[in-house]
Amino acid sequence: MEFVSKIFALAIGAIFVQNFVLMRFLGLCPYIGVSKKVDSALGMGMAVIFVMTMASTITWVLQTYLLVPLKIEFLQTIAFILTIASLVQLVEMIIQKLAPALYKALGVFLPLITTNCAVLGVAILNINEKFSFIESILYGLFAGVGFTLVLVLMAGIREKLDKAEIPESMKGMPIAMVVAGCMALAFLGFSGLKL
Amino acid sequence: MTLIKEFTKGFIKENPVFVMALGLCPTLAVTTSVQNAIGMGLAATFVLVCSNLIISLIKNFIPNKIRIPCYIVVIASFVTIVDMVMEAYVPSLHKNLGLFIPLIVVNCIILGRAEAFAGKNNLIRSFLDGLGMGLGFTLALIIIGGIREILGVGQFFGYNVFPATYKPILAAILAPGAFLIMGVLMGLLNLMKKR
Repeated sequence: MEFVSKIFALAIGAIFVQNFVLMRFLGLCPYIGVSKKVDSALGMGMAVIFVMTMASTITWVLQTYLLVPLKIEFLQTIAFILTIASLVQLVEMIIQKLAPALYKALGVFLPLITTNCAVLGVAILNINEKFSFIESILYGLFAGVGFTLVLVLMAGIREKLDKAEIPESMKGMPIAMVVAGCMALAFLGFSGLKL
Repeated sequence: MTLIKEFTKGFIKENPVFVMALGLCPTLAVTTSVQNAIGMGLAATFVLVCSNLIISLIKNFIPNKIRIPCYIVVIASFVTIVDMVMEAYVPSLHKNLGLFIPLIVVNCIILGRAEAFAGKNNLIRSFLDGLGMGLGFTLALIIIGGIREILGVGQFFGYNVFPATYKPILAAILAPGAFLIMGVLMGLLNLMKKR
């Protein structure tokens, strides 16, 4: 039972209280860049959830069974980014072969994920927070879910925003930032939660 | 003349943050004070200049197909150096910036300059480009950091700028303030460009 409540706290923490995009400022580029349409936002979100979970798993194993025993923790940054880059490449090839339909939907987003700082961010956070193996996997998963949640919400708002009257100079990026600010204000309400 | 242009274009005309909207994550995350902004800006500038130099030197030896992984390794090496040097000499700043130092690896500005400039140009031009872009990034960070620190704490670089009766707008140094200020600044810049 204790385990379940711990996992629940982890989930609420990663999705709402310390949301990766709005509170930790990780993964802002895709958040602003791929949030013009709900469909593509959903596709990007799914790809990110998948890669983040995989990356959390592999980097945790890498850190615990390779970098720490060999006392080469200082290579963490290089090792992690290379792992993530090759992981993304691998995932891309596997999906292309096994599920062409899925590849068509996610294909364009996959290469972008390598430079999504949320992925490297979650890998390093797992190590910094001294999470166990299971916790790391779940944290990666929940962080991805939190990312997808705000990405899809944002895309919904921006679809409506297209029809709104906005001053010429605020169109596009600036208004997206202001909307993000309002969303962050709403998410700030979760920060009082005691878990 | 063109060399000077190579250097100064990053300040305003092609400012990586305001004009090209690259590197948003560190821009919003670390600009809670001017001091953090300068620390982050200079760290990124160092990585940018060094990686531009190395990439420009070895560009002829890298096969075209694997150039991105090669760039990432070069960048990650310099980020590791910065990380270790900062931890040794400015531990408090290192603690403040935290996660965002290793995340310089995935800062789109650096990989973007490597791909768009250093991989095609000679040593001197790449050096000036890296330095200019890095300082432009630092400048943008200082502007945002300055506004947030003045509004949110009532200080600039740690010195009080308002009388003691000033009640700071706490939201400005929290996450929502970052988004709102960034959005308004981008809008103002668009307006100025139109005039």
